[in-house]
Amino acid sequence: MNNRVKSLLLAGVGGQGILLASDIICKVMMEKGCDVKKSEVHGMAQRGGCVTSHVRYGSKVFSPLARKGDVDMIVSFEKLEALRYLDYLKPGGLVIVNDEEIYPPSVNLGEADYPEGIFETLRARFGEQNVKVVAGPELAAKAGNRRAVNTVMLGTISRFIPEIAEADWKKVLASSLPEKIVEANLKAFDLGRAA
Amino acid sequence: MRELMSGNEAIARGAWECGATFGAGYPGTPSTEILESFAQYKGVYAEWSPNEKVGLEVAIGAAFAGARAMAVMKHVGVNVAADPLFTVSYTGTNGALVIITADDPSLHSSQNEQDNRNYAKFAKIPMLEPADSQEAKDFVKLAFELSEKFDTPVFLRTTTRVSHSKSVVRIEPQAPLEDRTDIRHLPLKYVMVPINARARRVEVEKRTQALREWAETFPGNRVEMGSAEVGIITAGMPYNYAKDAFPDYSYLKLGLVNPLPERLIRDFSAKVKKIYVVEELDPFIEEQVRAMGIEVTGKAVFPYTNEFDPGVIEKGVTGKSSAPAVTLQAIPPRPPNLCPGCPHRGLFYALNKTKAFVSGDIGCYTLSYMKPLAGMDSCICMGASIGIAHGMSKALGPKAKGKVVGVIGDSTFIHSGIPPLLNAAYNRSDAVFIIADNRTTAMTGMQDHPATGYTLQGEKAKELDFAALGKALGVDSVEVIDPLQFKNTTEVLKRELQKDGPSLIISRSPCVLLMSKKAARAKHFVTDPDKCIGCKVCLSCGCPAISWKDFEKSGMPPRPERKKQKGIAVIDAALCTGCTLCAQLCRQEAITREDG
Repeated sequence: MNNRVKSLLLAGVGGQGILLASDIICKVMMEKGCDVKKSEVHGMAQRGGCVTSHVRYGSKVFSPLARKGDVDMIVSFEKLEALRYLDYLKPGGLVIVNDEEIYPPSVNLGEADYPEGIFETLRARFGEQNVKVVAGPELAAKAGNRRAVNTVMLGTISRFIPEIAEADWKKVLASSLPEKIVEANLKAFDLGRAA
Repeated sequence: MRELMSGNEAIARGAWECGATFGAGYPGTPSTEILESFAQYKGVYAEWSPNEKVGLEVAIGAAFAGARAMAVMKHVGVNVAADPLFTVSYTGTNGALVIITADDPSLHSSQNEQDNRNYAKFAKIPMLEPADSQEAKDFVKLAFELSEKFDTPVFLRTTTRVSHSKSVVRIEPQAPLEDRTDIRHLPLKYVMVPINARARRVEVEKRTQALREWAETFPGNRVEMGSAEVGIITAGMPYNYAKDAFPDYSYLKLGLVNPLPERLIRDFSAKVKKIYVVEELDPFIEEQVRAMGIEVTGKAVFPYTNEFDPGVIEKGVTGKSSAPAVTLQAIPPRPPNLCPGCPHRGLFYALNKTKAFVSGDIGCYTLSYMKPLAGMDSCICMGASIGIAHGMSKALGPKAKGKVVGVIGDSTFIHSGIPPLLNAAYNRSDAVFIIADNRTTAMTGMQDHPATGYTLQGEKAKELDFAALGKALGVDSVEVIDPLQFKNTTEVLKRELQKDGPSLIISRSPCVLLMSKKAARAKHFVTDPDKCIGCKVCLSCGCPAISWKDFEKSGMPPRPERKKQKGIAVIDAALCTGCTLCAQLCRQEAITREDG
């Protein structure tokens, strides 16, 4: 087994900016000289459905997909989506969850209930220290751009990848966004990193 | 320079670097970004053709003229292009012709899971299969070279994971361009009447033999010796999964999957004790290796269906998984859905109410088969809706009266709906045909087509007029409606269903994603909690912006004046586009546009 390869699984709902976030992680790793691969699905899978992105980096990466039980960090941009991929998490791995609910169709229609106590479930299962809840929408609003939830999440992710300096993240982030939203996004990144 | 690229971007880059100047095709996940990306390079010609057959024929023409041309399509697109495919294998290419097929193991965005490596063998065309973005770029260049060297079309096969995963690619400059185009009259080679085709048929076999020989020393068919205990024969993305799971085994990684290098396979097999063939979908390599008399393990332990990952390989080889057993709690599924404000919602809501059999087609609107819209009864392939509706109405005879509808999207109609509509007019169908015209190829990400008025490279084009076309094909009754006008949509449907003979309804309203790029959003709608009686009619149109708020669960006080009411509908202002459909459905006038 190639233990040097680290795997992140980003999950959420179409439109949350997950693919941009995973692109940025990849670019940061590439700048650091790592080999990196990422994988996601486009097309039919995008229309309000689940979106996942696997990001893997290390000295040499073969598979762009992580296997179950081998992911170091699950980052869920939506609360209940965190539950869908828990079998991917490595023992002792980290779960970062954005505190935002987006109802699936059956919940909208009143046919199913949105699961309750998600954070408690996660904490009981993985331990308090391995579950990080981020108030994404609140922090993005505070940064001055409600759409910057993905950047808030990037900030939080960055804190748990100590081998990469904060400035390296910000450099790639700033170069990946249109100029007029850079400032708010850098702020969102800071707030996410401090969360 | 190193750059992070998807397989699709890398293919476009590689084609451009090696002097390919011509690309044609039809959008289809996971292939779409190849042509979109190629079209951005300077000095190339790239077009969306109406369908893959036309796209391939256009590329054949360019190759006959001496250009380096590619035809790009998803796996099922090759079915559409199969007719020219099998014969261009005989004629050869003069210039270079590369056909890119993007297969979709796991059916992420497709109606079937066919393995197009079979086409390579069937049509006697060499096929290269890259495993990552760097190889995608290298192999497309090689494909053009091979095509010229052996006077043959060449397949480049990707799968969704190759096309849509990103990895690091070394960027190179474009090779010096050389114009080799000219008119060359070669009727014995290009006029495939029987006498000429018989002669070319022999050439195809000679060519295949020569390619077999070439494959024996092709560096892309690579041996990586590790442990002599286990050898793995593999190609494409599954190579990465196997290397990830078992880095210490020996590998024969095939870059060319048709034809196979027999001596190389025999040599490799003689060096290892046990051999696995790791390939997704069909036992394409496995069966051929077995036919060489070599004992291998393949589909006995690896699945026929779905894409693999490293865990699948591990389980196949060891019989068990190293992942900790985790039971997931049951959570509500999150299927893809029509967007808030999608005009298809109005059409399919109305269709559901007609109780007709709705023969559907391929596009976003296929999602309307799901509850609560439940507005579609069948979907087979691009263009099938019209023929199926016509056939059904003929077979049912009088029982079909007012009960059979065929619905097809604008891009899909152009792709392969025109001959079936002509047929329905010619053979006097009684069905109603609807073009769900949202002014774009929405599902694959907003590509232009002949009715949008623009080409792939942004040139202004002549706009196809669906109503005039319908009349010209022989349909006398042609109506244009706005599907978001619910009352009118219902009335027109009712009227046309009662008519004798074929009717064409053009249900026209632009895709909401297209609108969001162009115009400011309309003001959103809100429900009036005092007027809402909790009847759930608005919820029945399945709009993601509307949700049910249960009094008890949400802690809202119940209504003393309406004891039976259990809750109210609420509209998410951030999602609502102001399309007005739900407001038209609400009989209580409880849904109104937000003031201010």
